[in-house]
Amino acid sequence: MNVELINIHKWFGPVHANDGITLRIPSGVIQGLLGENGAGKSTLMKILSGFYQADEGEIRLDGKPVKIESPADAIRHGVGMLHQDPLDFPPMRVVDNLLIGHRGGLFPNRAEAIRAMQDLQARFGFNIDPYAYVDSLTVGERQQLEIMRLLWLGARVLILDEPTTGISANQKEKLFATLRALAEQGMTVIFVSHKLEEVEELCHRVAVLRQGKLVGEVEPPYRTEDLVKLMFGKVVLPEDKTHFDSKESLFRLENLSIEDYRLQIRNVNLTVHRGEVIGLAGMEGSGQRQFLQACAGIIRPVAGEIYLGEKRLTGRPYREFLEAGITYVPAARLEEGLIPGLTLTEHFVLAEPQNGFVVNRQKAEVLTTQRIADFSIKGVPSSTVESLSGGNQQRALLAMLRQPLSVILLEHPTRGLDIESTIWIWGKLKERCRQGTAIIFTSADLEEILHYSDRILVFFGGKVSQPIEATKTSVEELGQLIGGKGF
Amino acid sequence: MDTVLVIGIAGILASAAPIVFAAIGETIIERAGVINLSVNGAILLTAMAGFAVAVTTGSVVWGLLVGALIGALVALIVAFASITLKQSQVAVGFVLALLCRDLAYFLGNPYMGRSGPRLPHLPVPGLADIPVLGAILFQHDLMTYMSFALIVLAYVYIFRTRPGLVLQGIGERPAAAYVRGANVNLLRYVYTVVGGALIGLAGPMYSLSVKAGWKGTISGLDGIGWIALALTIFGGWNPLRAALGAYFFALLQWLGLVLQPSLPNIPSQVLQVAPFPLMILTLLLVNIGNAEWVDRTLAGLPEKARHAVARVLRAMRTSPPAALGMPFEKE
Repeated sequence: MNVELINIHKWFGPVHANDGITLRIPSGVIQGLLGENGAGKSTLMKILSGFYQADEGEIRLDGKPVKIESPADAIRHGVGMLHQDPLDFPPMRVVDNLLIGHRGGLFPNRAEAIRAMQDLQARFGFNIDPYAYVDSLTVGERQQLEIMRLLWLGARVLILDEPTTGISANQKEKLFATLRALAEQGMTVIFVSHKLEEVEELCHRVAVLRQGKLVGEVEPPYRTEDLVKLMFGKVVLPEDKTHFDSKESLFRLENLSIEDYRLQIRNVNLTVHRGEVIGLAGMEGSGQRQFLQACAGIIRPVAGEIYLGEKRLTGRPYREFLEAGITYVPAARLEEGLIPGLTLTEHFVLAEPQNGFVVNRQKAEVLTTQRIADFSIKGVPSSTVESLSGGNQQRALLAMLRQPLSVILLEHPTRGLDIESTIWIWGKLKERCRQGTAIIFTSADLEEILHYSDRILVFFGGKVSQPIEATKTSVEELGQLIGGKGF
Repeated sequence: MDTVLVIGIAGILASAAPIVFAAIGETIIERAGVINLSVNGAILLTAMAGFAVAVTTGSVVWGLLVGALIGALVALIVAFASITLKQSQVAVGFVLALLCRDLAYFLGNPYMGRSGPRLPHLPVPGLADIPVLGAILFQHDLMTYMSFALIVLAYVYIFRTRPGLVLQGIGERPAAAYVRGANVNLLRYVYTVVGGALIGLAGPMYSLSVKAGWKGTISGLDGIGWIALALTIFGGWNPLRAALGAYFFALLQWLGLVLQPSLPNIPSQVLQVAPFPLMILTLLLVNIGNAEWVDRTLAGLPEKARHAVARVLRAMRTSPPAALGMPFEKE
């Protein structure tokens, strides 16, 4: 289906989220939509998929002007959207997920739904049990389920919003193959992302948004620098690989074993140096989180020892780890790291060592204003944390870390952030390394791990590899280890 | 079979009928994602009002209808406050529970102790004469038969029909249901009102049948609504399990009565109240599989025993509708 978005405007209060965007997408094309966080890509797609109505402008499908008033309306017009977090019903069965929203009589025809599903599965090489519960599926499989559901409902335009967050490399390959097959069959695919490599790999053409405006349309062959320049209005380059590894022992794990009722990690030995960065690679749920939490003193290892310098920390309460300068920054920013409803000022007050019973508002304001400036957080002291964008929440989390620190443990420090924020955040972290702080972090992005780490540990189902020098390995080698080869 | 036992079982089925109605009504409301804490007050108010109307008009049908209507209205207040005004469902429901109860005691004064009509017994022709089974199942009043039907209907509706799937969806993940074309807030209104009407029938079922008449504070109805709420939760938002719980509670109450003569040393009040804590205790035990420490404890058992226990616990494990108590806004 040919999709035309003509002169779309959308305001949210004073924010001009879409500023006169005109974009024409012919059928059979995989259209990339690139832009940093907050550039207006999601808004534009939500207008096309019926979540929002444009304040001005027109949508044409196959040349006919249409009014799309709700997501259900959109799917009737053949426009389906796959949301970043699949909008499905986790505790229900796969087949029931397909049936909700499918029209028909009082008693749904499960057999028919399953038949249709199996046809689609055969077409794309998916393998999902129709009677499985959705919460037993991986995010990648849930996406496959959503794609099948939308196709079953007759979608001819498929919008995917950041679909590669949280899925494995394998599933990403499968997803891309599926999208290519769909495009060949005449579907229109719109792929929204802020990840350059993916857009370059997959899309037939790319439109770039910046601050609500369409700033350019590019066709292959792509030059990464051009895309970056369009996205940010300037050239952003990752800073040099500077390393501050001092080879001076700082944090030591001896025969550390961690148990969880799902997972067992056995006998990890590791000596982390002052200023060193250790990257933890592996599929989500292979034990990295438990490892970080054990290092942070949040979960108690079943055996082994943890030392910071000469100080034995094994079995000590979390508080002592904190006082010793070990800190943990969780991945779920709003759930575990920040307190929704509290302002930036209140967060900084909580993070500082407490003196006195009554909060010194004035002092807190001064401190907050300073931190906001230091960490270029887009917000004011009275902003609540949930009103900040993901990148700014992450900056706020880092701004709350005390000075000085011995070890910073980070879980997915740059997940969901655009390149500029990622580079900025690593700049701040490396600054800490220069002061002698060691960093241990997890990431799903192998490039990031290779780029910033001194040494890498690969996790596979609770097994932990020997430390690997980052300079002596490659994405391919790490990929094999993550898949369990070589353990 | 022992006639005492047969009459006992028949009595349990009949006296559990109002609880079945209330628990299933609440189950439907909570499946839609709304918490309605007003059940206890609604049952008392509709018991009084249904009785008053039946006495005045001489018609039990009017009594039942007015009960359903008042139940629906109380639920409508909860729906309006929580869905439209986006206020705390817990606070609104709780205040309504207290308000309706006191309103029932206050307005019911003129009808205290009066005698009124009762639901007639309707033995099913033919079936009622089957030995044992006939006496247990087919010699009841209309509403008891309806309670049997309600269990099956509610179960089939929620788990087997298309609108039932949508009902599960709006309580589970309203945004996903909205994307699939469901009018989440309208449906929540509808199910809250329908569930409220079912709860509203429980009151007159007491005052016109199970505990006929209106005796104000000593009607013995205070607390039933809370049991119905507990049954909804511990029944895992499943009408079948909620109904089983209702029958178990009625059994405990019956045992209290039957055992009274043979346990003269225990004050009768203890036996009357005992079903409430016993019920809660049982419900807690049934759902013990939801707790993580149980998993940990089980890990110490030998392989085979662990698997067996784990399977039983998993079958009993339940989780609430994920969006229970949360207002829905599409963005």
